[in-house]
Parts: sequence; structure tokens; C-alpha cells
Amino acid sequence: MPETNPSTQTGGMLVIGEVRNHVVLPVTLELVGKARQLADARNTVVRVFLMFDEVPQPSLQELVDCGADHVFFARHPSLHLFDPHVQTRLVVEVIGRLQPEVVLAGATSSGRTVLPAVAGKIHTGLTADCTGLDIEEQTGLLLQTRPAIGGNIMATIKTPNHRPQMATVRPRTFPRPIPSPRSGEIHPWEFAEEHFRSPIQVLDFKPLQGENENIQEMDVIVAGGKGVKRAETFEKLRQLAHLLDGGVGASRPTIESRWISYPHQVGLSGKVVSPKLYMAFGISGSVQHLAGMQTAEYIVAINKDPDAPIFQVANLGLCGDLFDILPRILQKIEGLQEEKP
Amino acid sequence: MNIAVLMKQVPDSDEVKLDEKTGTMIREGAGTIINPLDLHAIEQAVQMARRCEGTVTVLSMGPPQTEESLREAMAMGAHKALLATDRRFAGSDSWATSRVLSSLVTRLGGFDLVLAGEKATDGETGQVGPEVASMLDIPFCTYVSEIHVDVSRGGVVATRTVEDGYERQFLPFPCLLTVLSDLNQPSMPTLSGKIRAREASVERVSAAELDIPADELGLNGSPTRVSKVSFPKIQRENQLFQGSSLEEGIDLFLQKCKEMAIL
Repeated sequence: MPETNPSTQTGGMLVIGEVRNHVVLPVTLELVGKARQLADARNTVVRVFLMFDEVPQPSLQELVDCGADHVFFARHPSLHLFDPHVQTRLVVEVIGRLQPEVVLAGATSSGRTVLPAVAGKIHTGLTADCTGLDIEEQTGLLLQTRPAIGGNIMATIKTPNHRPQMATVRPRTFPRPIPSPRSGEIHPWEFAEEHFRSPIQVLDFKPLQGENENIQEMDVIVAGGKGVKRAETFEKLRQLAHLLDGGVGASRPTIESRWISYPHQVGLSGKVVSPKLYMAFGISGSVQHLAGMQTAEYIVAINKDPDAPIFQVANLGLCGDLFDILPRILQKIEGLQEEKP
Repeated sequence: MNIAVLMKQVPDSDEVKLDEKTGTMIREGAGTIINPLDLHAIEQAVQMARRCEGTVTVLSMGPPQTEESLREAMAMGAHKALLATDRRFAGSDSWATSRVLSSLVTRLGGFDLVLAGEKATDGETGQVGPEVASMLDIPFCTYVSEIHVDVSRGGVVATRTVEDGYERQFLPFPCLLTVLSDLNQPSMPTLSGKIRAREASVERVSAAELDIPADELGLNGSPTRVSKVSFPKIQRENQLFQGSSLEEGIDLFLQKCKEMAIL
């Protein structure tokens, strides 16, 4: 260990990274990039803490190259599958030792589980699902902005007196930094064996069937609503999604009708997504659904009702029968792709 | 088996209209409902209690009118209801709310299982479930879409629906689970349930009775502060094509895809 043991310095920004299937999630890199920017404004350090069983890809050096000064990791066979009990305990200990000013994690199913448990233990504030982070000039406080009331207002939250100031941040909120060679330190963090004991027994993990897609990470989402009428239409939507290198989304009624599974649900009771392109087929646009997709860069709505609220948030509206429009779009794209050499 | 359900009363967002100028919800005229995901938690608790002659207690923090929603939960089959209501709870963020709810759970004496909706449709933080579990220091599981009681081992096997698949975990009692909508189909209150609910009493609990220190209560106990609220207006072209101009619209879409390097 170097003389200035980084684990004994306090303050700074701490990113709780996430590794899934031996891959560091993109949101972790996005947060390291943002934390670097915030740390520079505060003249402080960026640290990352990761938990895994096997060394992930990209390399830990890439986290340094994206802006981290210190990368700490816990490596243990029991970290193979997600155990909120163990992760909460490790993160609480790391925070206790490093005393960071700010703690950031992805607003993923794991981050949205572990961070609240940590906040509960150490009596500090946590802002869920942020889409903006900044430093307040006069006070140096972290400004945490999140959509509220179905995304119709943006609320900026502060944690004035409690430390650390913690936030979970939606994937794709910040750009993935371009790594450039930097120097930083990478340290294993040794925990006592009892830290890995848990009352919870993680039994197994079954990946999503068919195309494995996490729609929150995708550039293109082709979504269907009640108007698609039956499960088979989703096959067509998948075909289009495939051509556009995207994933399939759905509104709540289609999930309730069991035409498609819950992980595809977009909206308040499902996932909040922010792709480059969002296509809504036969989705009228309830407040709950709009809240889940209205920050998409470009929205195309296909609906036969010209008064459907979805058209209000769409860049491009195609008003007509989706069973006529969808095949036409498919045909044109297939035609274009055949033209390519 | 003693089951506690954490419930929140929320504005009925299906009835809520948006103020086009400010982008806010017009809450007037909109009723209040049980937070939709909490309905699934209540239904699950009632079904489980029926199978093992258990007791379901619904717990909430909120203004006095939350009692209506608690009675509705009892009409669905819950046995008892406890409402933490006190002006001193006002301004609670998710930490301070969890502080009150975890005290309410403790007040029950013994319990085996705590269920809650994964998040509320108004606050949308999804933090209260894990925070309560953490304060009670019990194992917990989030995003649960399936629950099986394992009587011999004294716990539950919960299926967690996450981004890329399904995790199964065994949790010993007592534990807390936050649930998703595909867990079950909530049943409508029965007539006899409604009658029973009307006659049942809802126990009200004040801040003093919960014995929570002042610096952990309401706004004082809330680490977070809302410092600014703004109304984003995302400007969109809102081009609409129909009838004979559909073809033009489709071509415009394809052109946009090329511009965005999607095609």
C-alpha cells in the first residue's frame, strides 16, 4: 500500500458501481464521468466501490481512465448473485470508513434496493431516480434533480445537514465518458468473512427468455399498447425493433392481458426509459405511460385516434390503423436494407 | 401468521388532469385511492392469511382521511388497521416516513411478514420499503412478482423481477417484501367485507405514542429538502400525418432514423 493510504482519506465522491454477469454496467461509467466533473468543481476525489465474484469487463483501469482516483473492490464467491443484505452491509462499512460527501449509484433494480437500505441505516437523505446533478455554487451542496408528479415537474432536492448526500441516477442520464489514460489506484478491500453471511439464500437466476434486453439501456424502443389487440402483434413489433437494433416496450394494459411480460412495461408502474427513438404503437398515452417515456429524444406515435394524448408528446404522429402502418414501415426498412451492399 | 401491509393513500392519477400552462396536476376534483401497487400487497396478504388462519394488519401514515382507504383495505379482507396521523408528521421525506412506519410495525408486537407496493404513484421513490426493512433490521426483497410460503423452513421463496431476468431468494421470517403488479389480481371488496369494514375501528396513533425523538420526526427528521420546482416543457414538432399524407409521414420517419444513425 502507498504511504497515503486512500482508504484513510475522507470526503469526496463515491460511486457505488454495479457488476452484472461479469460486466460493469454502463451506468457505472456514466456516473464516474459525472462524479469527476462534480469532484473537479469541489476540488476533491472520485472513488468507486465495486462488488463481484470475478474480475469484470471492462477492466478496473477503465474506471480510472473514465475519471476515478481510487477504485476499491470486494471480491467474494458469494457476490455471484445479488444479495441486498450483504451489499447493504458492505456499502455501509465503506461509507463509514471513507466518509464521502456524495454517494451515487445507478437507479437500477439493485441500486434502488441497496441505497435506500443504506440510507435507512445511516440516517441520511437519498433522492431516487435523478436525471440531473449539480453543485450549488454558494454552498457546495449537491443539487439532485428528479422528475416528479409523473414527470410533469422537475424537483431539485438538497440534503443540507446530513452526510453523505446520496442519489440514485437513471441510466443514460449522463454520457458515457471517453476513457483517456490517467493514473489512479486500484485496491481490493478486505472484509471479514462474516460480512458475507446472510439470512437470505439466493437460490437461482433465470434470464429473460427470448431476446435478452434491458430496455433501459437501449437506443431504440418499439412499444405496443392496447391498440395492438393481441399477443401476436408483439412479434411484428419485435421484428421492427430488431431491424432498428432496439428493444420492445409495452403499456400496462398489454401486461395485464399477458401479451408480453412485465420487464417490458414502460411507465410509472414499470420502467422509465429515455431512448433516442421511442415508437408507440396503439398507445393512447395515459399520464402514467407518458411519465415513463416522455424524455425520449424523438417520439413517433402511431394511433387511430387523432385526439390520443400520445400525439401531444410525439415529434411525429401517424394517425391511422397500425395494422396498415406497421407492415408498410417494415417493408420500407427491409427494402432499404436490401439496397445496402 | 401475522402479516403487516404498508399502504399509502394517493391521488387518483387516472382522474387527474394536467394544467397545460404549468404542467402540474390539477388535484381538485380528483379522488384519493389506495396506491395501486399496495392493492397487490393487500391481496397477497389476505390470500396468505386465509390459507394459514393469519391476521392482516394494514398500516399507514397520512392525514385523517386516510381512514377511508384503510377501511377499503379491510373490505378487501384485512383484519385490522393502524393509522399514524399527526401534524408533526407533516413534511416527512422517505427516511422520516420509514421511521414512522417501522415504529408502527414494531408496535404490532410480533409479526412474520411485511408487504408493501414497490412504489407509490405520487412520490415514485420506491424507497420506503427497503428503508423500513433496514430500520427493522430484517431481511427484505424488492420487485417481487411471486411468493411461495415455505412452512417447513419458516420463510418465503420470493421471485424478484429485474432488468434481465428473475431471481429467486429464500427469506426467513420475519422479512419484508415489496411487490409488483403481476403478483396477483386484486379482488373487489365483497358486500360482507364492506359491512365489516364499516363497523371496524381504525386505531389512530400520534407522534407521542410512537415515542420518536423530535429530530427524527416530520420535516425536522427529513434529511432532504425540495429546493426548487420547475416545469419542463419539452418542445416537440408535433407533426401529424393521416390519410393520404401517411406515406409522407413514414418517409419522414425513415429519414429521421437515418439522421439519428439508427438506420
